[in-house]
Amino acid sequence: MFDKILIANRGEIACRVIRTARQLGITTVAVFSEADAQSLHVSLADEAILVGAAPALESYLVAERILQAALKCGADAIHPGYGFLSENARFAADCAAAGIVFIGPPVAAIEAMGSKSAAKQIMSAAGVPLVPGYHEEDQSPQRLKLAADSVGYPLLIKASAGGGGKGMRVVCSPDEFEAALQGAKRESASAFGDDRMLLEKYLQQPRHVEIQVFADTHGNCVHLFERDCSIQRRHQKVVEEAPAPGLSEELRSSMGAAAIAAARTIGYVGAGTVEFLLDTDGSFYFMEMNTRLQVEHPVTEMITGQDLVEWQLRVAAGEPLPCRQEELAISGHAIEVRVYAEDPVKDFLPSTGTLRHLRQPQENAHVRVDTGVRQGDEVSMHYDPMIAKLIVWDHDRTRTVRRLQQALADFQVIGVTANISFLAAVAASPAFAAAELDTGFIERHRADLFPETEAASDRILALACLDVLLSRSREAAEAARASSDPFAPWHGTDGWRLNSDNFHRLDFFDNGEPVQVTVHFRRNGYLMELPGGSLQVGGSIDADGYLCADLGGNRCRATVVRHGQDLTILCDGHSHLLTIDDPSLFETEQEEAGGRLTAPMPSTIVAVMVAAGDSVERGAPLMILEAMKMEHTIMAPTAGIVAKLHFAVGDMVSEGEELLSFEVEEDV
Amino acid sequence: MSIFKSAINTASEEFRNNAETMKRLNQDLEDKVGQIRLGGPEKARLKHEGRGKLLPRERIRQLLDVGSPFLEFSQFAAYGMYDGAAPAAGIITGIGRVMGQECMIVVNDATVKGGTYFPLTVKKHLRAQEIAAENRLPCIYLVDSGGVNLPEQDQVFPDRDHFGRIFYNQARLSSQRIPQISVVMGSCTAGGAYLPAMADESIIVKGNGTIFLAGPPLVKAATGEVVSAEDLGGAEVHCRTSGVTDHYAENDSHALATTRRIVANLNINKPASLIVKPPREPLYDPAELAGVIPADIRKSYDVREVIARLVDGSEFDEFKKLFGTTLVCGFARIHGYPVGIVANNGILFSESALKGAHFIELCCQRGIPLVFLQNITGFMVGSKYESGGIAKDGAKMVTAVACAAVPKFTVIIGGSHGAGNYGMCGRAYSPRQLWVWPNARISVMGGEQAASVLAQLKRDGIESRGEVWSEADEIAFKDPIRQQYETQGHPYYASARLWDDGIIQPADTRMVLGLGISAALNAPAEKTNFGIFRM
Repeated sequence: MFDKILIANRGEIACRVIRTARQLGITTVAVFSEADAQSLHVSLADEAILVGAAPALESYLVAERILQAALKCGADAIHPGYGFLSENARFAADCAAAGIVFIGPPVAAIEAMGSKSAAKQIMSAAGVPLVPGYHEEDQSPQRLKLAADSVGYPLLIKASAGGGGKGMRVVCSPDEFEAALQGAKRESASAFGDDRMLLEKYLQQPRHVEIQVFADTHGNCVHLFERDCSIQRRHQKVVEEAPAPGLSEELRSSMGAAAIAAARTIGYVGAGTVEFLLDTDGSFYFMEMNTRLQVEHPVTEMITGQDLVEWQLRVAAGEPLPCRQEELAISGHAIEVRVYAEDPVKDFLPSTGTLRHLRQPQENAHVRVDTGVRQGDEVSMHYDPMIAKLIVWDHDRTRTVRRLQQALADFQVIGVTANISFLAAVAASPAFAAAELDTGFIERHRADLFPETEAASDRILALACLDVLLSRSREAAEAARASSDPFAPWHGTDGWRLNSDNFHRLDFFDNGEPVQVTVHFRRNGYLMELPGGSLQVGGSIDADGYLCADLGGNRCRATVVRHGQDLTILCDGHSHLLTIDDPSLFETEQEEAGGRLTAPMPSTIVAVMVAAGDSVERGAPLMILEAMKMEHTIMAPTAGIVAKLHFAVGDMVSEGEELLSFEVEEDV
Repeated sequence: MSIFKSAINTASEEFRNNAETMKRLNQDLEDKVGQIRLGGPEKARLKHEGRGKLLPRERIRQLLDVGSPFLEFSQFAAYGMYDGAAPAAGIITGIGRVMGQECMIVVNDATVKGGTYFPLTVKKHLRAQEIAAENRLPCIYLVDSGGVNLPEQDQVFPDRDHFGRIFYNQARLSSQRIPQISVVMGSCTAGGAYLPAMADESIIVKGNGTIFLAGPPLVKAATGEVVSAEDLGGAEVHCRTSGVTDHYAENDSHALATTRRIVANLNINKPASLIVKPPREPLYDPAELAGVIPADIRKSYDVREVIARLVDGSEFDEFKKLFGTTLVCGFARIHGYPVGIVANNGILFSESALKGAHFIELCCQRGIPLVFLQNITGFMVGSKYESGGIAKDGAKMVTAVACAAVPKFTVIIGGSHGAGNYGMCGRAYSPRQLWVWPNARISVMGGEQAASVLAQLKRDGIESRGEVWSEADEIAFKDPIRQQYETQGHPYYASARLWDDGIIQPADTRMVLGLGISAALNAPAEKTNFGIFRM
């Protein structure tokens, strides 16, 4: 076994590899970019080496520097994780040349599977079923069109070198083909530097089912069953589960056999995934083979009880596979969801920012969280916006789905827009419960998965008010402890009044709309006047920071996070943003009253930037005056129109003289 | 410390009757305060809000820290006076917390006769400044007033303790480094203009705030100049040109937020010189006070039953328990603060007065605040006591009370009559605060005694002329006297004239005293120098 390995990756997968390496007594070395200096993976590793600037192209993707780092620290092997250099045959070859073990398949296997069309030819020859299509070298548009017509429509155009949905188009009729081909070629050329295309029959409701395979250097090859990754957005997986629901034992073993055949054909070693499309009629077609550890490998680990990273390390170190095929069995059901910093409502557009608040569900035998970030970390535009993977396991799928719903309700992210509510909606949808899975799932259930933005409910408002009041009490208690008069009744926050009761008004903005809640102080809490009526509210903030509320006799647990005037209320897996109305934030003390722009001192006009009738923005320079050898710029106090100029360049003006007439925008 | 054992049966009929009586008094008090809190007539309030102005109590709410207590003074000021035209005398005063700092807050109520100053408005304003001075509390004036109430000018304008004294106080308070902050939220006309002008820092609200020595009508009459109120003394003029105000606010809420920011920058330290302990509730529920206090004011009871329901853990260490037993003295804690309690338990004799003087000396020596619980008909009379020198012993107690420089707090829990009022730190003896229970009576002597004394004098006169005064005539003579004493001795009458700082329910006494003692800790402890004790 290795003494020291370098992990050529970042984020959760780097942390994941470090965890297993540490269990095996292997020293770990992290690499990091300038942006990642404070990252979790860096602090977890025994050593860490800076490999370049923030952009991956200048750090994690610079093979030479990674290799240099490995040599410098004396690593025996490099674990590439997924993405970055994990499927780079050239890098694998360089490692071998430098005498460092690349923890992955042989160079030839990477190369063989690197081109999708070449991979398909190999698989076709090995008898692995393929989607009917065109995988030839002749790339002339005429030939492609001909092939397309013979495969039939709908049809998929894919980049040979592609992945991740780039350079991919669905064509529904012959006349759309030309434009779609051009678009796919352009995209592929810019993404991969290669515009070769392949064509495939487009399956109407296919499932994405993949087989995890593992081979060693002693000629053993096993499969660790399948994963269903049908729920995808923008052709990227977002929910993965194992085993695939409803897969017969027969189908499972024939897919497993096909996957092993595929691996053996190319002399595969290490962890690999053979991806199939599973049609509604039970026929399956080879899609591609990923020659690395997959993002979704934990679901396989959860149902098999195996540590796939350990398997990788053992195989790479020359050991035989830890298990034979007959020793592997499926136990229970596991589901993984990918928690991304992205906005599902805006077509899953990545979101960046600081993770001001991050709370993940408690890990236990049923819940696992693979993450590479901590509260306070940045989600930057440089890397994949994945925050964490949440994996749940239970004895059957129904119970697993329930666990998933509970765990998602406990997953809290504030600071970036996250897809948690969306994932919760998926987990709660009847179609998901019924395992009606195929790659069109999200599109088909769009209406259920993307609810309209709703006004804050009374429940949300009550929680917000309660948090504001309890936080105030807590702050007051802290101030009391620090005070020279620590027990003064003045520290009280129950709004005590002489001979009468008291109330307070809390003002919020909900999506720009003002909302007011009147809160009456009561002996055991508050009586709140909410839009839907009065509610007796009480509660406390527990040691873990949860808001434990009693809303008119109904108890619930929520989290409210305040940042500036923003209040994010997280309850039942949903998040709602309210803004506290703070009158101290009024923009005020304007430099100049609207309508009158006067000379601040006796001076000479040296420049005039505007003409009568000009419309200007706030802060636009209008004139420059010179006095006492200093230039002074007269700026537009607000957006508006220059009505009349009273002076020209060279004119002398005295203090207080009106320089020009200005009409502020609202008057226009 | 010794824990008091109550002898009261809370299930007795007497207890229930007492509680019923006190409940009625409390309810009447709350109802009247509820009326007073509304301020001026509805029309005036609607007009006020129509201008985008917040009502005075809403201004206080927004000024204070969320949930801060507000110890309001003189809720009954001008009650039943000026034909009922001036609820709370058109001004709200009280102590509340702003950015963690106890502040004296003085708020004009423009819905009450335009916020103009009646004689009692002035008195209430001056009293607030006096409390601020004694306790070193920053003053925040939310100004919205037309100045002197012109029909009442002879009672408001010229004398020492009239309108001018407000600005005198502002200057003196500022000189003692007690911050003076004015927020101009309405008019500040004539003398009122000095409220912001004399302030350390001032804010004005755009549109509604105006400051001028003479308003547009007077200017037109005097010089013929026609000018709008806003152009004459609005926010633009005073923030940009005159410099009378320092901060420009868009509206009331903004002005109050700015005030809070100003307070946050005051850099004030509370010297808090007492040894405090974590507060504990009394063993006996303060709510039981209602049943402890006899419904009939002339009925005697053990004042320790009251003390046990006011002090932490009902723990009370008595001083000279066996001597001068009609005055109960001892140490206890209220809200964790050490206090020396002086409470009447019957008429004052020489011994009780000497004991009281001794105890007050102890508290002054040790820097312990004094709490007087007044329920006193007076000093003992009769030849035996006069010849025993009760006058000089009473004088010793009065000297001790007058000179004591520790914070003093007085609560009138029953009768307050005669020299007993003085010896027990009545208004004239400048307690930091003086509160009254709703069952209390305050007059030179009881109504019955006064009627008897006056009837005796009249009978003497009539009989010396050899005439006869019938029983029926005497009753007819005494009735209106009793009636007069009953009316004038009532807490509402007393509080209306600011003979006290307010009427409180017995169960609130602990909180009110706790707030008062804590506020007093803003001022450093003073050393007491006693005058000559006549021996």
